[in-house]
Amino acid sequence: MKKYLSLRLGKGTISFLLDRKAIWINAAFIFLLLSVFLIGTGMGEQFLYPWRVLTILLGQGDAFEQLIVNSFRMPRILIALLVGMSLAAAGAILQAVVRNPLASPDIIGVTGGASVAVVLFLVVFTDRSNALTVSIHWLPLSAFIGASIVTLLLYLLAWKDGLSPIRLVLIGVGMWALMKSLTTLFMILGPIHQASQANVWITGSVYGSSWKNVWILAPTTVTLLIIVLVMIRHINIQELGEGIATGVGSYVQKQRFLLLLISSALTGSAVAFGGGIGFVGLMAPHIARRLVGSSFGALLPLSAIIGAILVVTADSIGRTFFLPVEVPAGVFTAALGAPYFIYLLYRQRNA
Amino acid sequence: MLLKHTKGKAFGLMISGVILLICTVLSITLGYTDTNIKIAIQAFQHFDGSNEHIIIQDMRLPRALIAAAIGSSLAIAGALMQALMKNPLASPDIIGINAGAGFFIVVAMMVFSVNSLHAFTWIAFAGAATAAFIVYFFSGTGGGGLTPLRLTLAGAAIAALFSSLTQGLLVMDESALEQALFWLAGSVQGRKLEILLSVLPYLVIATIIAFLLAQKINILTMGEDIAKGLGQQTGVVKLMIAVSFVLLAGGSVAVAGPIGFIGIIVPHIVRSLVGNDYRWVLPYCSVLGGILLLLADIGARYIIMPEEVPVGVMTAFIGTPFFIYIARKGGYAS
Repeated sequence: MKKYLSLRLGKGTISFLLDRKAIWINAAFIFLLLSVFLIGTGMGEQFLYPWRVLTILLGQGDAFEQLIVNSFRMPRILIALLVGMSLAAAGAILQAVVRNPLASPDIIGVTGGASVAVVLFLVVFTDRSNALTVSIHWLPLSAFIGASIVTLLLYLLAWKDGLSPIRLVLIGVGMWALMKSLTTLFMILGPIHQASQANVWITGSVYGSSWKNVWILAPTTVTLLIIVLVMIRHINIQELGEGIATGVGSYVQKQRFLLLLISSALTGSAVAFGGGIGFVGLMAPHIARRLVGSSFGALLPLSAIIGAILVVTADSIGRTFFLPVEVPAGVFTAALGAPYFIYLLYRQRNA
Repeated sequence: MLLKHTKGKAFGLMISGVILLICTVLSITLGYTDTNIKIAIQAFQHFDGSNEHIIIQDMRLPRALIAAAIGSSLAIAGALMQALMKNPLASPDIIGINAGAGFFIVVAMMVFSVNSLHAFTWIAFAGAATAAFIVYFFSGTGGGGLTPLRLTLAGAAIAALFSSLTQGLLVMDESALEQALFWLAGSVQGRKLEILLSVLPYLVIATIIAFLLAQKINILTMGEDIAKGLGQQTGVVKLMIAVSFVLLAGGSVAVAGPIGFIGIIVPHIVRSLVGNDYRWVLPYCSVLGGILLLLADIGARYIIMPEEVPVGVMTAFIGTPFFIYIARKGGYAS
């Protein structure tokens, strides 16, 4: 039996090798995600066993259980899942483009741009009596616009006879600092309760998700992920370095731009619904890389799955363990991601 | 390099000193409450308890002195870090020192309900030292030093780490948010003179250490091997630089909160003025750093009058374009 499976669809539009081992690992993690999903849905004041959740999802159970699972918990868990997937995929793409495993959307200021937009939104559209003058449903859009503006600015500023990954990261860090101080400024200008509202959002939480949100986020994420699937063969070549990629006939600059755009679109849509949940874009691709190597065909799906597991777990714990207080999911991903990151730095130190 | 000869450099330093004085006076007289230099002098000679006099003595004077001291400390800290890491982008904020000290202080404030000034100072030192330690030792001192990319990424991630932990803490306690937010913005306004006085000895000692090390830093920047060949104990020198750096950066954060970019802008301007001789770079940094922060602070009063922009936000506005300019210009090894 061959060790690798080659996957070619549509005359080579989608084309990559799959390690047989990687398929098994992916399958195992999908199973893990499903378990986390079912357990997470069951957790809460009204505890339900995972198999009970499964049967309820399949249409059984009484009206009360149906209500809890379908109307209250399911949208939130689905949003957590999608947000995790998007952030992890965005991180994986960015790390491949920059060719440095420490890059992630939070660090180059994309998430920061979204945060500024959200705080600005809260400041501008609040009247004297602290009520919003426009519907809160516009908030995700403004986050998305913020993320896009920062990405565009980054791209323009880092451009100098082509886009060099180093410049991109350095300038990104500068942008991040600027965005952070802008956020603080707007938070100080507004009333304090607004600042705390914004702070929850910046830390990252999927609190208050509805089916409506799911129907906006799900198609976006799926579409973007399909586009990435088409790009996989280009990403694999990009990782070999600019010289080799150009040598084998890749449009390096054009593809970099496209990949960056997709990465920031994924980040933007995730941030729009989940806030600045940190370190997922950094951790998930890393864990995935250690398991299946850096061939993108196996890496991308596994990163997305791991990202989803991380956020769903973090949110389920934050939602239930500290009742009556709800701890934002972002606190847990940071608490988990921080030690991991230091470990990464340590391992990489002599590389 | 603009100033080539020793005489020119000494003269330039004197002029800068005079400008620093003028800026201090401006900082005392300008602002929302209308005062002028006469009132300011009266306030110190014949204090009569009027509104203007109180404002000058209790608000503006501490503010001006703090801005001058912190600006100078941050600029020297930046110059030291850049020498130590052989990297033009190194500075207290970029490598996460500010965020580290900030996190430690918020933890102390919320979890251990500390609020003595002295304790804050030491906690800030501990935070700054921890963050510096993580960045320096964990991101690779082996082989050729840190590349700007690795350093910046490592630093940014450390900063992200500490600030998300800080945010996490603040989310859980709204009343602490108000107190901490003011501090976290980075500002020299509304600080009492005692805060500065409790930190000042450390800042002065660190500055003196830095000045004394200048000659050794010159040799160190030629490269580790050359420095060793010339008989320098590079380990000791590096450690001294690091200690001085932590005192300067940690002390500044303890007083004013995280104020960014001074440590990048000022050393860069200074190097274009007097070249790479640290015997000149450090004194110039100390004076110009004070001037820059004083000016930024004066500007902060006027932008959205009658409210004030935190000066940390001002320096970020000035500093980001500058940072991007240096990053674009290149001149760093990848």
